Amino acid sequence: MAQHEVKLWSALRPFAQGESSVRIKARNIRELFARLEADYPGMVPLIRQGIAVSVDGTLYRDSWDTELPAGAEIFLLPRIQGG
Amino acid sequence: MTADTKFTGQTFKSVGTRPLRPDGIDKVTGRARYGADIDLPGQLVGSILRSPHPHAAIRAINTSKAEALQGVKAVITAADLPDLTNGNKELFDILDNCMARTHVYYDGHAVAAVAAVDAVTARKALKLIKVDYEILPHVTDVDEAVAPGAPVLHKKCFTQGVEPKPKKPSNIARRSEFGHGDVDAGFAKADVIIERTFRTEQTHQGYIEPHACVASISPDGSGELWVCTQGHFVFRQHCAELLGMDVSKLRVTPTEIGGGFGGKTHVWAEPVALALSRKANRPVKLVMSRDEVFRASGPTSATSIDIRIGVTKKGRITAGDATLRYTSGPYVGMWAELGAMTSFACYDMKHVRTVGLEVLVNRPKTTAYRAPSAPMAAFAVESVIDELAGRIGMDPVDLRIRNAAKKGTRSSYGPVYGPIGIGPTLKAAKEHPHMSAPLGENQGRGMACGFWFNFGGQTCTDLNIAPDGTVSLTVGTIDVGGARASLALVAAEELGIPYDQVRTVVGDTSTLGYNDMTDGSRGTFSSSMATIMSARNAISILKERAAKMWDIPVEKVIWEDGCAKAVGKKHGNLAPLSLAEIAEAAPNTGGPIAGHNELVADGAGVSFATHICDVEVDPETGRTQVVRYTVIQDAGKAVHPTYVEGQYQGGAAQGIGWALNEEYVYGDDGRLQNAGFLDYRIPVCSDLPMIDTQILEIPNPNHPYGIRGVGETSIVPPLAAIGNAVSNAFGVRMTHVPMSAPRILAALDEAQAAASEDVETA
Repeated sequence: MAQHEVKLWSALRPFAQGESSVRIKARNIRELFARLEADYPGMVPLIRQGIAVSVDGTLYRDSWDTELPAGAEIFLLPRIQGG
Repeated sequence: MTADTKFTGQTFKSVGTRPLRPDGIDKVTGRARYGADIDLPGQLVGSILRSPHPHAAIRAINTSKAEALQGVKAVITAADLPDLTNGNKELFDILDNCMARTHVYYDGHAVAAVAAVDAVTARKALKLIKVDYEILPHVTDVDEAVAPGAPVLHKKCFTQGVEPKPKKPSNIARRSEFGHGDVDAGFAKADVIIERTFRTEQTHQGYIEPHACVASISPDGSGELWVCTQGHFVFRQHCAELLGMDVSKLRVTPTEIGGGFGGKTHVWAEPVALALSRKANRPVKLVMSRDEVFRASGPTSATSIDIRIGVTKKGRITAGDATLRYTSGPYVGMWAELGAMTSFACYDMKHVRTVGLEVLVNRPKTTAYRAPSAPMAAFAVESVIDELAGRIGMDPVDLRIRNAAKKGTRSSYGPVYGPIGIGPTLKAAKEHPHMSAPLGENQGRGMACGFWFNFGGQTCTDLNIAPDGTVSLTVGTIDVGGARASLALVAAEELGIPYDQVRTVVGDTSTLGYNDMTDGSRGTFSSSMATIMSARNAISILKERAAKMWDIPVEKVIWEDGCAKAVGKKHGNLAPLSLAEIAEAAPNTGGPIAGHNELVADGAGVSFATHICDVEVDPETGRTQVVRYTVIQDAGKAVHPTYVEGQYQGGAAQGIGWALNEEYVYGDDGRLQNAGFLDYRIPVCSDLPMIDTQILEIPNPNHPYGIRGVGETSIVPPLAAIGNAVSNAFGVRMTHVPMSAPRILAALDEAQAAASEDVETA
């Protein structure tokens, strides 16, 4: 299972000791969130509210089965609203 | 996201054509049923009592006289909508906004409601309700709300996103930050730096149809709701949660929608109508007046934005920094956050920082408005980019091309971009005849870029083959701009049959699985993906039925040109079976034939647009007329080009109104002064030129047909494009939207006074 550098937007950083990224082993978004909840419990409410995951520049809001390829850029962002 | 949603590069027969829309005749002849057109036996009229105060504590509400009035069947207050939100802050805010509990937070906040036999009785009853208010200090202005000593709306509001947690409450509910690099180092490399503050006033989506619904709760606890909405499944969810109902026991049927633009993504009166119906044991129709729509639905934010951008003499942006204050009404939203994410998204910048501050004020709860928050941020950024181009003597299009984000650029909001389309829109603008057309007296030309995130979401469709071979397509996304026609084209394309053989309807919440709202430019993107998969599902069944009819293996059957065809040496001479022939035989080959699909349509891809605008400013009156306007935007694949153009034109038209006329005007008493279309002036046809469009088709790699959402991005550039055009007409930088005649005159006077001072000094 690949280990990823997961970049955090500012709202998540206080729950990761102020770091702008964390290292997580995960095969897909579901495992990524499970690992984040276990390692950084302060993020749980935000994850439950909804977080978007950018995988190599493509935003995923709900597809938790999306695979995280080794070396992919993974960026966590707010779950945006639209009009 | 499954592999078969990837773009395949197929050629099209139906997609890309321009047939008539299926809902057109009903709409132009008045047969279409909108929210207020539904009537039920025994129906009552609902009406809401609203606070005249911008901020007050509710000491007591006495409804006894109203309840005693003949013809009144129910009176409700917050006591009839108990808090069932179980700690869900977002849901509680929705509840509190629908019916105030301990405090009112804006002029128009609902405090009680009545259901009566007719409107006259309902109005009389509202006058008999006595509310004992303790009036509190209020603040409606974004900058005043963050100033020291401002009245604080919520004593428990300590700014989130700040470490350590502030010790004092304030109206800044949340701070968010995006960016990368070292902006100070970036500014140190700049030859020219411009720093300005911009303001935009609060605007409303201005949909023509007010919010309207009919609610009916049965004594057995089940209920129905007919409503104009952008998302009937979301309305069902919120209403059921607020009323303590099982979600499946509330059936929500969407009516036609007379405009939404984000404003109908949120419940306002619907839980109230349901609570009235539950108490009265009768159906209740509740239609908001225009006054109520302005005062008590969800406009966009008013903003105040500080911006600083530096460039080299050669036209390379070295750094950008922005602080964006967005009003959120009395409840925290993510509006400044979206402004912070979108503001510099068009550009490739090594050093960038954006800070968003969500500001609470005594105004109605802010809601999404078409590419929410992006137009205001773009106004600030694109105005300064244009000014910088002038300062370094560079063509503004060239400056943008030089700095445009591209594949591999780290976006200002974080991730590295994949393939994106701003470059092609700028190139098309550069080459567009509009850019070189001559200008007349008192005219100026401006251009601007815009960015918006599109998204997809949960989606579900049914495709039913009728016994005569015609097709009924049922979708769960509201049709706000011609989607029924577009989705019929997609079904026709996939099945290989004519467009007029497919009829698309929007199903109610009991007909289909859950669908997210039509927002985020997702309607056609998402439902077309599910429609393709539904059609493919149906085709596999049609092939099985044909194989049965021929008594050959299904592996020897293909689907082509709307027919099943047998292939191979042994069966290849069989005459094709049409869809109608297979449908006719269905009773004896296995029964009804249908295709179904549910999916999460992620991978929508970000969207960019470039607009060009010519204005003519009357120097005597300050009146500004847009005389030519061009929209250039990528659609991925335009399924029905007429409706893509309509989205481009509609977004531009709304942006023009926002830029030049529209604004919420509050008095010192905190009351809205212009809650009607006479005083809040949206553009009409005579205000606008024919808006030209240029559709670019750069396929979305994450959609089988390459489709992208097109609904929102077109409202992002107009504020800045018009601001730049006005500035270019007179050499006066406009920093306050709307650029109404008085503001333009004041800016001209100020510039002339400054010029006179310069002459005297010289």
